[in-house]
Amino acid sequence: MSDDHLYMTLAEGHEDDTRWAYGTGFEDPLHGVDTTVPEDVDAAELAALCAALGDDALVGAQRLAEWTTRAPELEEEVALANIGLDLLGQARLLYARCGRTDGTGRGEDAYAYFRDPGEFRNVTLAELPNGDFAFSMARLLVLSSWRLHHLDGLTASPDPVLRAVAAKGVKELTYHRRYAAEWVVRLGDGTEESHRRMRAGIEQVAPYLEELFGAFDARAEVLADLRQVLDAAGLELPATAPAAAGPGREGRHTEHLAPLLQELQSVARAHPEATW
Amino acid sequence: MTAQQATASAAPGALPPLQEHFDATIARDQRIEPRDWMPDGYRSTLIRQIAQHAHSEIIGMQPEGEWITRAPSLRRKAILFAKVQDEAGHGLYLYSAAETLGADRADLTERLIEGRQKYSSIFNYPTPTFADVGVIGWFVDGAAICNQVPLCRSSYGPYARAMVRICKEESFHQRQGYELLMTMMSGTDAQREMVQDAVNRWWWPSLMMFGPPDDNSPNSAASMAWKIKRHSNDELRRRFVDMTVPQAEKLGVTLPDPELRRNEESGRHDFGTPDWSELMRVIKGDGPCNAQRVERRRTAHEEGAWVREAAAAHAARQAARTEKGTAA
Repeated sequence: MSDDHLYMTLAEGHEDDTRWAYGTGFEDPLHGVDTTVPEDVDAAELAALCAALGDDALVGAQRLAEWTTRAPELEEEVALANIGLDLLGQARLLYARCGRTDGTGRGEDAYAYFRDPGEFRNVTLAELPNGDFAFSMARLLVLSSWRLHHLDGLTASPDPVLRAVAAKGVKELTYHRRYAAEWVVRLGDGTEESHRRMRAGIEQVAPYLEELFGAFDARAEVLADLRQVLDAAGLELPATAPAAAGPGREGRHTEHLAPLLQELQSVARAHPEATW
Repeated sequence: MTAQQATASAAPGALPPLQEHFDATIARDQRIEPRDWMPDGYRSTLIRQIAQHAHSEIIGMQPEGEWITRAPSLRRKAILFAKVQDEAGHGLYLYSAAETLGADRADLTERLIEGRQKYSSIFNYPTPTFADVGVIGWFVDGAAICNQVPLCRSSYGPYARAMVRICKEESFHQRQGYELLMTMMSGTDAQREMVQDAVNRWWWPSLMMFGPPDDNSPNSAASMAWKIKRHSNDELRRRFVDMTVPQAEKLGVTLPDPELRRNEESGRHDFGTPDWSELMRVIKGDGPCNAQRVERRRTAHEEGAWVREAAAAHAARQAARTEKGTAA
């Protein structure tokens, strides 16, 4: 068979190395894009928004990565990784945009690996530990719904780069929201145990809604999404007092962010001179 | 009922034509498909092989999966996350291929976590540094491709077709691993040492991935005759060495075998003998990570039981609701 030796060429030089495999040629995520900030856009404000949305995505992706090899079924391994990879891709684009607009010229890795917890601006719901599958699905539903409506608004941003990132993200988040919604319904409607766990998951997530609406007010849209899903799941959104934590947008975090970042940054910080 | 079905349901004396048809299909290098008659031994050998392969993909997510949360750049994080996801996907196709032979995925999973079915012994070694991610891609995916490319011509159709897709993805993974090592070798001294150390640890276990030597491989003969397997263990091992030596030179690492040298006569490579007693120990369950790998899979499976039960209960209720709606 002719391709018995298809990888004999491994050690040879490749002109097309930027294209041969997923992600590996992705040195500059905004390569070829006109990154000039339009005159009517406040660069500092744009940078802050990109960093915050990038942090939400990175921290969310990190929590999803923790499910790897621990998911309840192989199909869920694949789906959770898909969602994590989408968010990681969004984080990279947003950090790249941030580096071009905040005046520092930093690359994506500077934001992910060389900032301390107090400099992160993600919403605190994203950083909470995974808990059980029901909590993870409740959180994914809420975060996906909120982010979807947030990015949907940004598809009209005066910044063309953010507009493009948002348009891509809207497609991805529509799937994330559907995936989470289907699980919330399955678990709510499943067995006695799954119903109990799903109800607990929703109860744990509910106190963090106010923080989300404070960061971007999509209250009506998110509550409508939740009502529809919870109704089908035989669950209700409890009336709860807002969580004491946060807001993450001001750099105030729970005790869970520091260990998450310590793990994420450990190798990069141990070898600051290295190239990967 | 077709003539063939009639024959199959007739007395055992009527079977030889089916056996003849099967043998002729194999002899013509054509594919056996799920609804074709096949000897029991062919079926059980395939189920065993495909299940072990599926288990290897799933357990094989663990050694590298450990590094997704710690990958030192966002680009490497994305590559590794996608690779480990591909392995879950490979596991899924392979369990599906096994199901076409009448196996049941839940049952195969039980066999894995109860230690009644094996997976590749290579995944029982630890991954202490990020260089291990690159070396696994280069050696382990490389060895897997050596083993698997011939399986794209396996006589069993669903397995052969699954292997085509899997091999394409594995060759991406191998190149990604090698590219990571190339990058690390052009970095700091500490990175170069890390790569050489990982090469030293993975070389011999990778050679063992081809299985015991031919004179001590109990299942090989029948598999070769049935064209489930196409080349002997020793031949595949040698191919892997021949391919890897020039790659190691280009990378600037030393393969840890003092007996390794080019044989001018054959143009191939002579090399030392792996420690087969180590392979036997690891296969029997005494490798560095056997217990932890199976334990992780067991924990995930058991902790996910309530989720799978809920999904089944919801699906049953939905079906009942639909039926009721239709009846009304």
